[in-house]
Amino acid sequence: MQASDRFNINSQLEHLQAKYVGTGHADLNRFEWAVNIQRDSYASYVGHYPMLAFFALAENESIGRERYNFMQVPFGTAFPNEEFFV
Amino acid sequence: MDPEIAKTQEERKKMEQQLASLTSVTFDTDLYGRGDNRYDGYEQSIPVNEDDEVVDPGESEVARKLASYTAPKSVLKEIPRGGGDGVDEDAELGFRKPGKIIDREDDYRRRRLNRVISPDRNDAFAMGDKTPDVSVRTYVDVMREEALRREKEELLREVAKKKKEEEEKRKEGGGGAERVKDDGAVPAGQKRRNRWDQSQEADDGGAKKAKSSSAPASDWDMPDSTPGIGRWDATPTPGRVADATPSISRRNRWDETPTPGRVVDADATPAAGATPGDTPAGMTWDATPKLGGLATPTPKRQRSRWDETPATMGSATPMPGATPAGSYTPGVTPVGGVELATPTPGAINLRGAMTPEQYNLLRWEKDIEDRNRPLTDEELDVMFPQEGYKILDPPASYQPIRTPARKLLTTPTPGATPLYQIPEENRGQQFDVPKEAPGGLPFMKPEDYQYFGSLLNEEDEEELPPEKQKERKIMKLLLKVKNGTPPQRKTALRQLTDKAREFGAGPLFNCILPLLMQPTLEDQERHLLVKVIDRVLYKLDELVRPFVHKILVVIEPLLIDEDYYARVEGREIISNLSKAAGLATMIAAMRPDIDNIDEYVRNTTARAFSVVASALGIPALLPFLKAVCQSKKSWQARHTGIKIVQQIAILIGCAVLPHLRSLVEIIEQGLNDENQKVRTITALSLAALAEASAPYGIESFDSVLKPLWKGIRSHRGKVLAAFLKAIGFIIPLMEPMYASYYTKEVMVILIREFQSPDEEMKKIVLKVVKQCVSTEGVEAGYIRSDILPEFFKNFWVRRMALDRRNYKQLVETTVEIANKTGVADIVNRIVEDLKDESEPYRRMVMETIEKVVVNLGASDIDSRLEELLVDGILYAFQEQTSDDANVMLNGFGAVVNALGQRVKPYLPQICGTIKWRLNNKSAKVRQQAADLISRIAGVMKQCQEEQLMGHLGVVLYEYLGEEYPEVLGSILGALKAIVNVIGMTKMTPPIKDLLPRLTPILKNRHEKVQENCIDLVGRIADRGAEFVPAREWMRICFELLEMLKAHKKGIRRATVNTFGYIAKAIGPQDVLATLLNNLKVQERQNRVCTTVAIAIVAETCSPFTVLPALMNEYRVPELNVQNGVLKSLSFLFEYIGEMGKDYIYAVTPLLEDALMDRDLVHRQTAASAVKHMALGVAGLGCEDALVHLLNYVWPNIFETSPHVINAVMEAIEGMRVALGAAAILNYCLQGLFHPARKVREVYWKIYNSLYIGAQDALVAAYPVLEDEVDNVFSRPELAMFV
Repeated sequence: MQASDRFNINSQLEHLQAKYVGTGHADLNRFEWAVNIQRDSYASYVGHYPMLAFFALAENESIGRERYNFMQVPFGTAFPNEEFFV
Repeated sequence: MDPEIAKTQEERKKMEQQLASLTSVTFDTDLYGRGDNRYDGYEQSIPVNEDDEVVDPGESEVARKLASYTAPKSVLKEIPRGGGDGVDEDAELGFRKPGKIIDREDDYRRRRLNRVISPDRNDAFAMGDKTPDVSVRTYVDVMREEALRREKEELLREVAKKKKEEEEKRKEGGGGAERVKDDGAVPAGQKRRNRWDQSQEADDGGAKKAKSSSAPASDWDMPDSTPGIGRWDATPTPGRVADATPSISRRNRWDETPTPGRVVDADATPAAGATPGDTPAGMTWDATPKLGGLATPTPKRQRSRWDETPATMGSATPMPGATPAGSYTPGVTPVGGVELATPTPGAINLRGAMTPEQYNLLRWEKDIEDRNRPLTDEELDVMFPQEGYKILDPPASYQPIRTPARKLLTTPTPGATPLYQIPEENRGQQFDVPKEAPGGLPFMKPEDYQYFGSLLNEEDEEELPPEKQKERKIMKLLLKVKNGTPPQRKTALRQLTDKAREFGAGPLFNCILPLLMQPTLEDQERHLLVKVIDRVLYKLDELVRPFVHKILVVIEPLLIDEDYYARVEGREIISNLSKAAGLATMIAAMRPDIDNIDEYVRNTTARAFSVVASALGIPALLPFLKAVCQSKKSWQARHTGIKIVQQIAILIGCAVLPHLRSLVEIIEQGLNDENQKVRTITALSLAALAEASAPYGIESFDSVLKPLWKGIRSHRGKVLAAFLKAIGFIIPLMEPMYASYYTKEVMVILIREFQSPDEEMKKIVLKVVKQCVSTEGVEAGYIRSDILPEFFKNFWVRRMALDRRNYKQLVETTVEIANKTGVADIVNRIVEDLKDESEPYRRMVMETIEKVVVNLGASDIDSRLEELLVDGILYAFQEQTSDDANVMLNGFGAVVNALGQRVKPYLPQICGTIKWRLNNKSAKVRQQAADLISRIAGVMKQCQEEQLMGHLGVVLYEYLGEEYPEVLGSILGALKAIVNVIGMTKMTPPIKDLLPRLTPILKNRHEKVQENCIDLVGRIADRGAEFVPAREWMRICFELLEMLKAHKKGIRRATVNTFGYIAKAIGPQDVLATLLNNLKVQERQNRVCTTVAIAIVAETCSPFTVLPALMNEYRVPELNVQNGVLKSLSFLFEYIGEMGKDYIYAVTPLLEDALMDRDLVHRQTAASAVKHMALGVAGLGCEDALVHLLNYVWPNIFETSPHVINAVMEAIEGMRVALGAAAILNYCLQGLFHPARKVREVYWKIYNSLYIGAQDALVAAYPVLEDEVDNVFSRPELAMFV
């Protein structure tokens, strides 16, 4: 990349992207990316009622319980192991 | 030329001819006029540079369905490049040569150069409990200095006064005792007029006191003088007659001298503002100590001080702590020129320190002398023919001038060169070529030597002491910022910012601030330096405290700069500064300036304080303001304090509301101040506060209502004007009932002041009347009975029309009154004046009538008034002579349109006038007549005067041969208006005659003609194309191509649209052939517009009529043409949207080819075509073709050229929409964790935009990750199945 590229529109694009949580960069490792994926997934499950209903049906749980479980994932780690809920 | 290349070209030509015969688009050869080789004029080889081709990224700006055929904004927005003929072109496009700031400043603003960058001050916060060192300047020191300076100033004033009076005495020639006796009576009478500062009460006793007592007389006229100075330092010289009564005459003198040349200068003689330039002799105290020997200052001296300074400022600016004067001079470098026998100005200049002005002067002088040097005999011999001329001997009496001084400056070249000889090389010689700056430093202007000269010394930096090294480093960076190229500037700015704390505040500001005081600074340079300060401030934070005052000295002048952006910049810096330094430091730094003797300093300080208030919050500043506004010590402090409040109101507007009451309370006692200036500024501040808080906050002004209303009864002149202004702004805030009451109260005074001869007072009175009248509570009846008679008697006079500002204010006020009283009242009073003999007055009447009628309509106007009105308007319209004709035209148009059908009886007369004027000798008159037709065409239609309009149409048609372009433009505009109103079928002359007449006019390059003509032609093409044979339309198509080059956006837009209309009318084939042929032209602007036109034709006539020919054109082996085709496709798919699904398979092979082309622009344009296509067909089942295209687009993601990569990224975004996020994610996954960082970076960028665009949709598509020991990455839920 040339020196002038640093100031053009494309660098602004990256800057803009960096403002969103969940975007990545060249130095992101597997763990961080996986955490993002997990969070997005749970957020998505909780956000779509039909999904929740489907999971509830499959697991034979109440919808509220499912939602609660999805929201209890500790901040900063991926989904914990089974023991966490026991 | 290489024979081989020639051979290849020959072959290629042959091939192209074959190819051309294959193409299906055939040309009408007698239209196109060139049957031989259609590739004539093509560039035969690929251009080396592609700058021309790189397409701007903004074109993707809008992809919306268009209501009518038009080009994308981005194309039309583009400014055509100037033809390269220099200055005029640039000026036209809005570029101006950078100018020096000082050149556009007035004397007052130049006073900034008189300020001194004060030494650092103590930072009380950094000190803690320690007592500051004696050497450090503390607040106490500064205040003491300030007090001393004030005292000194007063002393000098006193001395000057004394001198003046002595001189006066001498002039009177020792007139003896009678003279002394007279003194008491005569000057007492005079003096009453001129006395400036005297309060009303003092006025009464003035004469008496003057005669009797001397002690009280001495200080009443100097509110801030310390009592006692006045008397004893007079040191009367013994043996003078006047000695007996020194005080009387002295006082007289003083009273009569306002200071000319310093009109606004309040602290000197506050009367100056009121009576400037009354006596020509003033100013002696100003010309002070050095001139002490001068007993009688000549009148010339008066202006001198302020005007002179900037010239010598360069070297005179004291810069304590900055580089010593020695280092300014680049003289350390050995200069060869010194040894020359006759030193050229250039050589002189390099030898010693020289101010930039001197340098400029010398440069100029040298140039002139070079041209004016006497011709030698040899030169004359060469110039004249050998025969026929005789050389005469000089007359015996002739004595050549041989003054040595002249000799020195004549013929700078020692060897007296006749004509030109190749000069012998002299390596030691350096004229005024500046030494090359070492180490990649930018070019140094001569003016810069003063500051940056030391950088030219090639010293070994390592050997310098660290302090010097640091300074050198800063200077280098600053020079780069000031004179460098943009990249240099950027890096230098960044370095300065990053290393700010390392350099330290002291060295930084000691380098930057003197630069800002440089008298030859240009706007751009100042902007850059100010930017440096801004950046550095952020970094230094509390370290700036000792330098706050220094910074303010250079930044404050920005606050009163005439350039808006400079003012904003100044505000920003001061606000950042106050945030960095804190309130206490700011107050400590600025407090001494509040009662500075110089009005300029006080003014700028007040403005700076208002910025501080808006940055740190008004409440923080309130206690301080309160103290200042009630200062007992000096009226200047009170004045400045109140001015700060005014500036706060102006600066922050309605945000004063929460603090309104406290602000009013702080300044209210100023209304009763003993000093007139303080009273005036208080009233002005109240006006500003009321204006800022409107329409709220009346309750906060309760406390000042009484003094204000009392004030208007007791004051006269300037103070009264200020009080009235305040009232004018307060009344609109009141409840209707109160407003009505107070209006009636103030109206008595206003009506009295209607007669005031003072211009300023007139303006204020008009303004206040306007404000009062527009408030709700004031009834129309009251206005009619009480205000109108006096108002019209005093203001509606010819004199008022002569001054521009009076004129405007009067019109505004009258319109406001009309809003209350209705049209008839006002128009009745002034309609007769339409026939007044003074033209400016008629114009004022016309403008008022126009505005009133536009606001309120003409329904109030009865038939008699209507008659008078039309009659008057016709008279005024016909009698006008001046150039400022639009007022009459607008007025005429407005009245006719307002009257509507009622104007029918007058139309024949009006049309007669117009016809007569269309035939006038003066171009202006003809133009105006044509303009009038376009204004009233609508009304004529309303009155069913179609026959009349047809007649006018024929008349206008006959005038199409008009040679003045302005007039021709107006005539075309009038024709357009008529065509619009009566329609194509009824138009006379018939369209089939009219249009052929317009075709040659399309060639006219004048903007106004072009615009009106293309509008008219477009209109006809849209509505009445069938009246004109197709052949004529083709001819017009050719003319239109030229129009695509027009500067004005409206013309280009109209042209492109007209192509659409024409294509619709005569079918796309011929138009398309014309357009495709135009793709090979050189200018980018033209090609871009052509591509747009092609796309519009395609949209109007369905894409299938255009695509085959368009795609065939892609086979032409020429970059411009191919790119044009691609671009047309891109626009085409943008316009047709989902219609594109039928064509996507047809164009895919073409796009495949383009996306694999070596040429960047091919790929860029193809990518943007793919983008539009993908967006258009999203959800219509074209995924197979799109995936195919994506496979061609994808390899381009590693492009680095900004436009290309942008287009590619957008194509991928488009694909995301059409194919779904999951598909793109699958493309992405391969590179997110690629071992090469460059690859990862690109892929993450794509991933991020994908993620931002469709986060939720990705959830289902993420890859399955293996669990780790502690963490579960798999998402088992997604595997659930019922």
